[in-house]
Amino acid sequence: MSKTINLTLKVWRQPGSEAKGAFETYGAKDISTDMSFLEMLDVVNERLSVEGKDPIAFDHDCREGICGMCGSVVNGVPHGPQKATTLCQLHMRHFADGDTLVIEPWRSRAFKVIKDLAVDRSAFDQLIQTGGYISANTGAVPEANAILISQETAELAMDAAACIGCGACVAACPNASAMLFVGAKVSQLALLPQGRPEAAKRVQAMVRKMDELGFGACSNEAECEAVCPKEISITNIARLNRELIKAAFGSPF
Amino acid sequence: MKLDAKVPGGPLAEKWDKHRFELKLVNPANKKKYEIIVVGTGLAGGSASASLAELGYNVKTFCIQDSPRRAHSIAAQGGINAAKNYTNDGDSVWRLFYDTVKGGDFRSREANVYRLAQLSVNIIDQCVAQGVPFARDYGGLLANRSFGGAQVSRTFYARGQTGQQLLLGAYSAMMRQVANGKVKMFPRREMLDLVMVDGRARGIVVRNLITGEIECHAAHAVVLATGGYGNAFFLSTNAMGSNVTAAWRAHKKGALFANPSFTQIHPTCIPVHGDYQSKLTLMSESLRNDGRVWVPKNKGDKRSPENIPESERYYYLEERYPSFGNLVPRDVASRNAKNVCDMGMGVGDTGLAVYLDFADAIKRDGRESIHKKYGNLFQMYERIVGQNPYDTPIMIYPAIHYAMGGLWVDYNLMSTIPGLFVLGEANFSDHGANRLGASALMQGLNDGYFVIPYTVGGYLAGMPLGEVKDSHPAFKDAVQEVTAQVTKLLSIKGKRTVDNFHRELGRILWEYCGMSRNEAGLLKAKQMIPELRQQFWENVTVTGSPGEFNQTLERAGRVADFLEFGELMLIDALNRKESCGCHYNEAYKTEDHEAKRDDENHCYVAAWEFQGVGKEPVLHKEPLEFENVHLATRSYK
Ligand SMILES: Cc1cc2nc3c(=O)[nH]c(=O)nc-3n(C[C@H](O)[C@H](O)[C@H](O)COP(=O)(O)OP(=O)(O)OC[C@H]3O[C@@H](n4cnc5c(N)ncnc54)[C@H](O)[C@@H]3O)c2cc1C
Ligand code: FES
Repeated sequence: MSKTINLTLKVWRQPGSEAKGAFETYGAKDISTDMSFLEMLDVVNERLSVEGKDPIAFDHDCREGICGMCGSVVNGVPHGPQKATTLCQLHMRHFADGDTLVIEPWRSRAFKVIKDLAVDRSAFDQLIQTGGYISANTGAVPEANAILISQETAELAMDAAACIGCGACVAACPNASAMLFVGAKVSQLALLPQGRPEAAKRVQAMVRKMDELGFGACSNEAECEAVCPKEISITNIARLNRELIKAAFGSPF
Repeated sequence: MKLDAKVPGGPLAEKWDKHRFELKLVNPANKKKYEIIVVGTGLAGGSASASLAELGYNVKTFCIQDSPRRAHSIAAQGGINAAKNYTNDGDSVWRLFYDTVKGGDFRSREANVYRLAQLSVNIIDQCVAQGVPFARDYGGLLANRSFGGAQVSRTFYARGQTGQQLLLGAYSAMMRQVANGKVKMFPRREMLDLVMVDGRARGIVVRNLITGEIECHAAHAVVLATGGYGNAFFLSTNAMGSNVTAAWRAHKKGALFANPSFTQIHPTCIPVHGDYQSKLTLMSESLRNDGRVWVPKNKGDKRSPENIPESERYYYLEERYPSFGNLVPRDVASRNAKNVCDMGMGVGDTGLAVYLDFADAIKRDGRESIHKKYGNLFQMYERIVGQNPYDTPIMIYPAIHYAMGGLWVDYNLMSTIPGLFVLGEANFSDHGANRLGASALMQGLNDGYFVIPYTVGGYLAGMPLGEVKDSHPAFKDAVQEVTAQVTKLLSIKGKRTVDNFHRELGRILWEYCGMSRNEAGLLKAKQMIPELRQQFWENVTVTGSPGEFNQTLERAGRVADFLEFGELMLIDALNRKESCGCHYNEAYKTEDHEAKRDDENHCYVAAWEFQGVGKEPVLHKEPLEFENVHLATRSYK
């Protein structure tokens, strides 16, 4: 059953990427526990707007946990306290009356703050550009059922492909590594026969790019897996490492 | 203006082949001399950008999100249709074509729909080659499931994330071309105007959403793939950023807008539960494969569903439509849900919900099997509603979901503005007055991968185009107009928020131009919207400045367009004095309360020409001729 709660928000406000930021405190009164976290922020923003104040900037789009656009660190945890849940899918019934919530943007060298809680994640796009694809021009492809893929392999590939590219893994990692993101893409494509011809080149290029973009190295902290809203497993990182070794030995298959 | 759909002659099955042969080709060496702008990176825009770049064109691609991978297509759950007939259950190109025409209640163009069905098979091949992890059978072959409005199993899927996987396929193909230098990607840009030179589309003006800078981009052709306008209703299943702005501003520059009142209401969404709500969540239609829809027979029965015995449950779809049962098309399922709730049998706190029950399916197939098919959907439901669908039925209610209407296009997907092509949900599409499930993904990819690469070439090769630079005076004019609007929005400093206006517009449209329409209501709304629009321009508050990341300003521009566009929806609905598909006018119904078409007088596409804000637009009709299917009364009984 729905009830209402009162919260205190400490929100990171930063007018622009070069500006200095600071926490500001807001009261969030009469918040229905049926609201999503972002709806709670909407309510706070509506109140700020009516007072002529600048609303809190935050990215979001689908609000269904699939586009990967939303995400903030809530009380130290990317996407907040509920496991396997994006911020847009987190509902206020998981908070108690009187709670204080500290809300901050993703912090990492590779993701610059644009404003308040909105960050620049274009580094992820650059990673995909360096190899996160299969080279198959439109039209130049075989009949779909000509490629047999066991159900098990298809499921494993899908587990990896479920990544929404939100960046929580980077935000959670003490080294700000993008290994889970890259590992998921490398795994998906390495598992599938269509992806094998480019597997060696792909993994090498993507790992090189990751360093170039300022992401840190992986030291097996597993914080990424713990916060991933899609529960992408760190076995994908292990698979990436195996692919790297295979690539070093020059065997394409 | 005479609408010429440019449908090629000859037998239906040969039209596209013949047309491809007749379209002029751009010499491979010349392709690199052409710039093409693609606005939108959903399935339609992403696939178009990749394919055009592979051919050698220079492509500039724009989207409003921070990354092209986040376009609204990502949220599609259920699947994508293709006439592969892998299940050997009687499917064929012809059947997919027929189902789509019939599903659309005979308000779509035969030749386009046939081409769509024909090319559907290539889409699956393309996606598999890209590494889209579609579901597979034990033998390693592709799996299929059935979807509303069809009696064959032709839907391909990747768990409940089909749109995500297809979009990531198109996005990767496009990113490969970014690396190749053939696509230049401009994220966080919003197209605010179309620029025309000598009567042709030659560029766009966009706002850089980070810096607020107004930028000009020139090209030889412009492709709009900016998605649907369902958010006119405020509450819809669309992503928050989905909008009509790009299409509407092109409309104001002369592109005709077709069938704007054709909006699909999806039957299986999580019901509205509060005033603060920002969006409605779709529960994939595929759930209707195994879930049974029912309400208590006794009005106002407040017992929990488990305590209501079989004999006191009304499985209204199964009873009313014995041959399609729970799988009737969306418009029929939605209207029936409204009907039983209007009769007082609705459930939940508001009485505006019906049950979708999996108890029988779990008994039959086991919990594990149901989990495998719908696990992620059930989890999503539990997160939002706080109830577990394995133990208690899901509650659903219809919500705005998809726009069949859109900018009018000919067989080449070109609008009435030469050089302006429109793809995906943004065009008035192949779905007539109602879209069948799993057909939007098919259409978006079809348009982008397989149609536009040919037809853009045909356009460019067909006529010499002079050079146009972004310093051309036409750009200056457009920049001035756009800047003036931004300045105006920021200067009003009124008392009501943008969302507050948007909500009110949504309530008006839902009430009077939603699932069920009547003349008096439409006329009333037609008074209300211009008043609301006037209040908006006098009393809206938009904080911040133009030269910064300003999300309120972004939304204000979109709502300003919805406030103009909403009126056109009403005008279109008023004009169509019949019921067809989603457009249910209470005055035109059969004895069984089904939509009653008037083929004699309304078998046409209504395409509207802009005359100025608040002025009556001019109607142009494209008559629909059915040479291959028989115009029949749709029946799913
Ligand atoms: C929840 C949900 C589930 C669905 N499930 C299915 C399904 O299972 N099967 C199916 O077939 N269909 C489904 N659909 C419908 C289908 O997803 C959409 O119709 C389709 O994805 C639209 O694709 P598109 O490429 O035309 O546009 P979109 O994916 O909406 O992309 C629009 C693009 O345009 C850009 N854009 C918009 N405006 C501007 C502007 N002014 N300036 C610059 N860029 C702009 C956006 O940034 C975006 O990149 C579903 C829809 C919803 C809402
Ligand atoms: S808004 Fe799309 S994942 Fe949260």
